[in-house]
Amino acid sequence: MQIYRGHVLVCTGTGCVSSGSRKVKAEMEKQLEAFKLEQEIKVVETGCHGFCEMGPIVIVYPEGIFYCQVKPEDVKEIVEEHLLKGRPVKRLMFKDRITEEMVPHYNDIDFYKKQNRIVLRNCGFINPENIKEYIARGGYEALAKALTEMTPEQVIEEVKASGLRGRGGGGFPTGLKWGFARAAKGDKKYVICNADEGDPGAFMDRSILEGDPHALIEGMAIAGYAIGADEGYIYVRAEYPLAIKRLKIAIAQAHEMGLLGEDIFGSGFNFKLNIKEGAGAFVCGEETALIASIEGRRGEPRVRPPFPANKGLWGKPSNVNNVETFANVSRIIVNGSQWFASMGTEKSKGTKVFALTGKVKNTGLAEVTMGLTLREIIFDIGGGIINNKKFKAVQIGGPSGGCIPEQLLDLPIDYDSLIQAGAMMGSGGLVVMDEDTCMVELARFFLNFTQLESCGKCTPCREGTKIMLDILERITKGEGKEGDIELLESLAVTIKSTALCGLGQTAPNPVLATLRYFRDEYEAHIKEKRCPAGVCSALASYTILEDKCKGCTACARVCPVQAISGEVKKPHKIDNSKCIRCGACMETCKFSAIIKK
Amino acid sequence: MIIKTAEDLKKVKEEALDEATARINDGTQIMVGMGTCGIAAGAREVMAKIMEEVGKRNLKVAITWTGCIGMCEKEVLVDVIRPDSKRITYGNVTPQVVQRIITEHVINGNIVEDYVVGKLDK
Repeated sequence: MQIYRGHVLVCTGTGCVSSGSRKVKAEMEKQLEAFKLEQEIKVVETGCHGFCEMGPIVIVYPEGIFYCQVKPEDVKEIVEEHLLKGRPVKRLMFKDRITEEMVPHYNDIDFYKKQNRIVLRNCGFINPENIKEYIARGGYEALAKALTEMTPEQVIEEVKASGLRGRGGGGFPTGLKWGFARAAKGDKKYVICNADEGDPGAFMDRSILEGDPHALIEGMAIAGYAIGADEGYIYVRAEYPLAIKRLKIAIAQAHEMGLLGEDIFGSGFNFKLNIKEGAGAFVCGEETALIASIEGRRGEPRVRPPFPANKGLWGKPSNVNNVETFANVSRIIVNGSQWFASMGTEKSKGTKVFALTGKVKNTGLAEVTMGLTLREIIFDIGGGIINNKKFKAVQIGGPSGGCIPEQLLDLPIDYDSLIQAGAMMGSGGLVVMDEDTCMVELARFFLNFTQLESCGKCTPCREGTKIMLDILERITKGEGKEGDIELLESLAVTIKSTALCGLGQTAPNPVLATLRYFRDEYEAHIKEKRCPAGVCSALASYTILEDKCKGCTACARVCPVQAISGEVKKPHKIDNSKCIRCGACMETCKFSAIIKK
Repeated sequence: MIIKTAEDLKKVKEEALDEATARINDGTQIMVGMGTCGIAAGAREVMAKIMEEVGKRNLKVAITWTGCIGMCEKEVLVDVIRPDSKRITYGNVTPQVVQRIITEHVINGNIVEDYVVGKLDK
């Protein structure tokens, strides 16, 4: 056996690949050869570490030194100084944002300190394309235990007792769902994984698929055993090519080792997995639309009941769970339901992975115990707001969720507290917004998304969201009327209660939540024709500050409609009746004398 | 190999753990001083010998390396850190001494007193 004294882990998750990690890896291999270290140091490709902001990420073991934003030209220094001479390269370590000290080790970085990595425990630590690395970390022990020591009913009881709830958004108890599929009569059943992650800003499922695909496979096989299914489908969007590639490799390796296929662990249980690539329609995240899409039909939802547990794929009993839900299963079987249920809040157990994006310093993936507050996630893990601006709100749950304002930052997060606050867990996307965000525009943005993604099958969603979007567009253009807010509210309530599927039922949420917490902004747009955040360009007005203006005439020269007048070396003025609000004057002014209100 | 029983899985796990010792390890650690002084005194050869011995005997040991620690005239310096005892620093280590350190200290827990230059509480 070839032994290596050191392992260099290079992150090849999608985030780090796009910031250049493939080149870093190639350069690493070249330099190791140049220094004749290729027999001593092994380069390992891993999945996402979650700290995408700082990519490409390179970690050197056994010490666990964490290097970030590594460029190909830095590699020689790492090899010569650290790998050859044992002097870790300080300048490439993570710099603490407050103390400005270099932090050499992974676990000492604030971003990771408050996390509780259960689902993501292998992401960034193992090579996802090598099943042995997964097994080294205890992989497939849960499947062995379930198949050889437990009955399907015991597996379901264990999952029920753990309190695991669906991580895709709805939060339905997973064990209960499995119980329905188990009880359904039928000779053929299916396990389906919903990997159609479509929320803008969410990428936790992709990272699991890319970084630890066997965790999903093992979870699905256990579910198959529990409900009595011998076949499974993973519905993953075609926009995730790396995830699909690694899933295919993982499935093939599991087959080779007999961990998928016939008579697994000599138990007589058979299970095989298929991948179905989706074309990226948001509505296919809805389980009945997803099933229709696997069957080769248009991705449109249908009325439930019958639920998929009784009539699912090709009319057979089927169980649909999301990636993160399945990834939790093996941990529950190995460590027991008590262990899992000891974490979290009263009704939400375990952890949740959040994708932190928007105006936050540390964008990335954070897995935290349920019940942590938004403040801890955004400020302690996320490092606060970019450019130290003021926090305004966070959109949670993507286009189906709602915004949470500053006064609720100390809300402990779980499924129920978020629903009460007018948002929802959703898949766990957190889009952080600063003071420069217009909440009306935000609602318009998300409604525009759901409106475009509406499949058109039911009238409330097809027509209702369109009318709501028209109203919001008018308001942001300064053409809002008295009564618009009330009309929006009444439409929202009707759509929520009458739309066919989850897409329509949740589409009005961003509007309702922004109305709930930022009604004054809507009123300012409609009554005063003013955008308090200064975002809606049709409502902006530009003013020249007399005391700062030097009379250089630069703004007057650049104005395309001659709305600025004034004498040389004297303060200028903007004629707001001529101004088309293009903002060219403000960009040109060298003295910050022009402000937008 | 085809896994048919929990025992099979355990075997594959143990093999896989051997290959991942550099990452997953809470046992003994051997540390080589690889500063310029260390390398000039032959640290590369010592490192190669350590890797050969550890590989040959299939030991679950993490091999790490560090820069100059200031005792340049005693290079090559090698530290052995066992989880249950003090951190032992050996000086003037050659590939021949490596063999003794591995067999006597790393495997059997008997410190090779002739070459010890320092003992530290961890």
